[in-house]
Amino acid sequence: MIYFDNAATSWPKPPGVAEAMTHFLDKVGANPGRAAHRRAVESGRIVYGAREAVAELFGAPDPLRVVFGLNVTEALNLALRGLLRPGDHVVTSSMEHNSMMRPLRALEGGGVQVTVVGCSPQGVLDPADVEAAIRPDTKLVALNHASNVVGTLLPVAEVGALCRERNVLLLVDAAQTGGAYPIDVQADQIDLLGFTGHKSLGGPMGTGGLIVGQRVDETQLEPLMRGGTGSRSEHEVQPDFLPDMCESGTPNVVGLAGLQVGVRWVLERGVEAIRAHEVALAQALINGLRAIPSAGSGQRPGVTVYGTLDAELQTATVSFNIVGMAPSEVGLRLDDEYGIMCRVGLHCAPTAHKTIGTFPDGTVRFGLSAFNTLDEVGAALIAVGRLAQEAR
Amino acid sequence: MTSGEYAVILVYSTSYAIRAEKVLLKAGIQSKMIPVPRHLGSNCGVCVRIERADKEAARQALEAVGVEIDGVHDI
Repeated sequence: MIYFDNAATSWPKPPGVAEAMTHFLDKVGANPGRAAHRRAVESGRIVYGAREAVAELFGAPDPLRVVFGLNVTEALNLALRGLLRPGDHVVTSSMEHNSMMRPLRALEGGGVQVTVVGCSPQGVLDPADVEAAIRPDTKLVALNHASNVVGTLLPVAEVGALCRERNVLLLVDAAQTGGAYPIDVQADQIDLLGFTGHKSLGGPMGTGGLIVGQRVDETQLEPLMRGGTGSRSEHEVQPDFLPDMCESGTPNVVGLAGLQVGVRWVLERGVEAIRAHEVALAQALINGLRAIPSAGSGQRPGVTVYGTLDAELQTATVSFNIVGMAPSEVGLRLDDEYGIMCRVGLHCAPTAHKTIGTFPDGTVRFGLSAFNTLDEVGAALIAVGRLAQEAR
Repeated sequence: MTSGEYAVILVYSTSYAIRAEKVLLKAGIQSKMIPVPRHLGSNCGVCVRIERADKEAARQALEAVGVEIDGVHDI
């Protein structure tokens, strides 16, 4: 059994994640920040520990500017809906996931102006094209760090530098890179970083958040929800400070207990080491897929691989198609006949598929993680090779 | 050893209280998170209790790292 669907959610989780969650449920269990008894304080410490771990991983100077939520989708919604007002201009790319594109399209209906900068068929974004799209009324540049469809990395640090020059904020969606590729919000000049806990950070689903940089005036950030925060309880108006203003209601402490352990595992192993392992896996996979011959002739390639074909320029997410076989059939047969789990079709990013030329059929996507091995890549290549021989 | 004479540091939220507790621990100042005494209001449900004698040292340690304080009161 081979799990290659890590771009959707990672599995397995690092050792200790499940135990930390069980420990919270069995031994702590209290609501953080709603009382001062010992277990409420312990619960609060777990949440704070998760903030510290996330801040450390991403080079954020202030753990209290780490706002927790359900996932990166909530984080992007908070940043976009919280900051953009009618008349504001925002620049984004053609490689975005719907978690970015759908809130932007909805805001567009309300008077926000959206420019989508095109990327190459390999998913590559030229920072000069972003610069050319920035106008005097541009408030925000919003980009994913790496495509969830083909893994291509976007040049966020270069864009970060030019955003500072032009006095524009930069929002980065790190769903595909957080924990798998080095990110330093200060060095990369990222003002808002959306992250999700359940992918390369090794945490459970239902964890994620937004890091709000010092250049963002939180008094201009409209919360998605309002409610109880355990602070300013005598007031009927929402607190105006981070993180409370954006964290109404009882948080997912059981999830954050797991997230903290996942992030600590990433820090201990080192993002650079994880990245090196994933580059090796991805390059072996790309090279192996490109070497698979087509049925019959053996001369033409039997597999089309998308993206830059260079593992250094992408995450360990590789998209491909077997020539003459629909992605849906490939996915079904990989699961049924070879025990290989992956995702096929359109990956919640229609514009990205149009950019790389795979709309509307989509691709077969292998999303690898730090826990996959070269042996698994080898076994998957044999399976894809066999299917390619049966394609017409 | 405690004198039995305490002061409390009021902060804006539980997150700030936990941060304050960590900063004070590092500075060698004993502290404990307790419910905010009713007569001091309830900006946040918890506050940080310290020895009265440590008030100035605590204030300095917290200000040095930018932990915002909502007030320091003898109790």
